[in-house]
Amino acid sequence: MLHWLTLMADSLPSLLWAALVFTVPLTLASFALGLVVGLAAAVVRLFGPAPLAAIVRFYVWIIRGTPLLVQLFLIFYGLPSAGIVLDAFPAALIGFTLNVGAYTSEIIRAVIGSVPKGQWEAAYSIGMSWSQAMRRTILPQAARVAVPPLSNSFISLVKDTSLAAAITVPELFQAAQRIVATSYEPLILYVEAALIYLALSSVLSALQVRLEKRLNQYGGFLEAKS
Amino acid sequence: MIRLSNIEKRFGDLTVLKGVSVTVAEGRVTALIGPSGGGKSTLLRCINLLEIPTSGTVRIGEEELSFQPGGKPGWKDIQRLRGQTGMVFQNFQLFPHRTAVENVMEGLVTVQKWPAEKARDRAMALLRKVGMDHKADAWPATLSGGQQQRVAIARALAPSPRVLLCDEPTSALDPELSGEVVEVLGTLAAEGTTMVMATHDLRLASRIAHEVVFLDAGQVVESGPSQTLFSHPTRERTQRFIATLTQQGQQGEGV
Ligand SMILES: Nc1ncnc2c1ncn2[C@@H]1O[C@H](COP(=O)(O)OP(=O)(O)O)[C@@H](O)[C@H]1O
Ligand SMILES: [Mg+2]
Repeated sequence: MLHWLTLMADSLPSLLWAALVFTVPLTLASFALGLVVGLAAAVVRLFGPAPLAAIVRFYVWIIRGTPLLVQLFLIFYGLPSAGIVLDAFPAALIGFTLNVGAYTSEIIRAVIGSVPKGQWEAAYSIGMSWSQAMRRTILPQAARVAVPPLSNSFISLVKDTSLAAAITVPELFQAAQRIVATSYEPLILYVEAALIYLALSSVLSALQVRLEKRLNQYGGFLEAKS
Repeated sequence: MIRLSNIEKRFGDLTVLKGVSVTVAEGRVTALIGPSGGGKSTLLRCINLLEIPTSGTVRIGEEELSFQPGGKPGWKDIQRLRGQTGMVFQNFQLFPHRTAVENVMEGLVTVQKWPAEKARDRAMALLRKVGMDHKADAWPATLSGGQQQRVAIARALAPSPRVLLCDEPTSALDPELSGEVVEVLGTLAAEGTTMVMATHDLRLASRIAHEVVFLDAGQVVESGPSQTLFSHPTRERTQRFIATLTQQGQQGEGV
């Protein structure tokens, strides 16, 4: 028992370090970039020319229809055969960004579409351009509806970054695996890693609740828009 | 002056406006009446180009734009014409994520690039005019329908349009609430605001319209000064329509 506790205490710094240096940055960066990709993809599908929209549909179809682990292997182990060699971290970043982009594009497309057409017309009627209407009128309303589903994607992403261990990124889960290799205590180490993931996703859930509260300030307008 | 010449609008195979010509003098109020589906909303939306006419010419003041089938007007031209108009919608369409005063400021700040302070001053003055200055910081969802519509009128007026277009501004409101909107529109009319409004509300039309245009199946059946047209319609279709409006008005106090 005491042995387990000392092992946990001894390994905690290196696990936290791996989380801080790899898991968290990988999550934040790929989510931020993925949102940009997702927004662009959603806008193209909603408003773009047909051939471009078809390309985006193809991209979403591929990403959603294949396992994330396979995508990561393709990028890290597969692409070198085509002459594209990437370090592990950038490969993971690209993989997760593409993945987040595909899933969030579907969410963003749905929430933009959920803003009533009359809001576009109201914006146009006071002289706004398409991009002004989008930025000032449509996206703020869409964002509010998007927070719960996007938060779900974000929380899934934190946990999914553990897959980067398989392409040699020394993130939290891989750090645990390494310690297991020398200590032969898989139960302790993996429980410990699980607890850190749990802590990370709980923090995000708490942030989600706060964000939703803040966005709710204008008196539940969703019910009011007829 | 607003002149619509020979406006035709088709949606696919459906011809919704069949060569409509209407002239509205500066400072006058024109009511568009007629059965539902007759093309009132479409005609209004052809004035601020939320719908692009298939053919015809729209002139507002000095700005004029002609349309041909297949030809798409440029963005600049649309803005040039649309900038002369303000629109009030049946369902208000306030921006729900902005307070009353922010709704009114929005066009000034975002489109006309006014400094926020100056825009707020003008917005407050307009809210005072529609009797909503005490609710300047309220969210739209907390306002009654009549209050929302009054804020929407202030929003439409903010960029000083040459003409105010109103699409059934009272028809989503209970009779008690529509009264306050009729009141505000009446004041604007008395001040010489040029307006074109589609309405089923006889009280609204007879009280503030100078001119009435009866639109049925995409054509102007009859038009003229409101006194004459309401009391002595010459065409049989107009007579029948006005009779039904009067009946509904008596049964349900406005529709
Ligand atoms: N965007 C649209 N696409 C197809 N048909 C439309 C569209 N907008 C209006 N219409 C049709 O045009 C006709 C006139 O509609 P509208 O202008 O709304 O009449 P009103 O306002 O007098 O009730 C109706 O038959 C309606 O179905
Ligand atoms: Mg209509």
